[in-house]
Amino acid sequence: MPNPTITVTVNGAERTVEGRPSVRELLGLLDLDPRQVVVEVNREIVRRPALDTLSLADGDRVEVVHFVGGG
Amino acid sequence: MSVSTTTTPLTDTPFEIGARTFGSRLIVGTGKYADNETMVRAIEASGADIVTVAVRRVDLDRTKEEGVLHHLDPERVFLLANTAGCYSAEDAVRYARLAREAGFNDFVKLEVIGDQETLLPDVDGLLQAARTLASEGFKVMAYTNDDLITALRLEDAGCAAVMPLASPIGSGLGLVNPFSIRTIKRRLAVPVIVDAGVGTASDACLTMEQGVDGILMNTAIAEAREPVAMARAMRQAVSAGRLAYLAGRMPRREVAVPSSPQRGMLD
Repeated sequence: MPNPTITVTVNGAERTVEGRPSVRELLGLLDLDPRQVVVEVNREIVRRPALDTLSLADGDRVEVVHFVGGG
Repeated sequence: MSVSTTTTPLTDTPFEIGARTFGSRLIVGTGKYADNETMVRAIEASGADIVTVAVRRVDLDRTKEEGVLHHLDPERVFLLANTAGCYSAEDAVRYARLAREAGFNDFVKLEVIGDQETLLPDVDGLLQAARTLASEGFKVMAYTNDDLITALRLEDAGCAAVMPLASPIGSGLGLVNPFSIRTIKRRLAVPVIVDAGVGTASDACLTMEQGVDGILMNTAIAEAREPVAMARAMRQAVSAGRLAYLAGRMPRREVAVPSSPQRGMLD
């Protein structure tokens, strides 16, 4: 039987992922280094220790930000 | 003949913000550079300790687009995150919290913009965000206009530094109101750092001559034809302006006073 999937919105675009990945697992799927980004789930900042413990649920809105050039 | 060589050494006070001491009074931005290599070399040439960065979404479709941390070593520069692009106190607080979670420091360059054309601050939103962030332990460095009352209120809100503009962001118009800047500097106890509007080295020098604690600039360097050379010029201009301020300028006179003796002229 295939794994059930959930749909989450990441940086404004919908993505379908298998199971209920942790935030760290999602970053892995997106090929992002967790040390280089900060993540919000449903407008709540995900503290570093919660990257492994917070599992995403269907409909979650995820924002992944980093530092870019600015003045 | 005896010559007195006694002079008072011009020792500057440390440049301190939020109980932290920095070596350079020049703070530079990292935006608008043609390429990252030029940015890195310009920052190096500027001698700045503090560099500003913005918080933005990671571009997931172009993962090759690297964040600025791929080019800057946070061990060597002090990263000052800004809330540029935020038009409400709520957004600015959100961006500041995200920036702090990156784990470098609890300083934030607070911007709450009120108007797209002029990028002038929304004073109500700015004060509200400053109070919230200060109460959360942030060292708030607030970008503001050159209004004394707003500056006093920002200080009262707990800001670690108040940063009035020389002229609008990215305009390069230079210091349009030296009087306001001097007044703000005279009346505030926290550091006053002029943020935005400097166009070239003479603007930076003139701004520092007003006695402010530092200058923050981005476009003047990034949009120069030779950014690395301009960064070096700005470094020297900030030093020269500071030293001239400490040295104390001669009085302005509306009449000429000869520099050479009037006596001893030939018949």
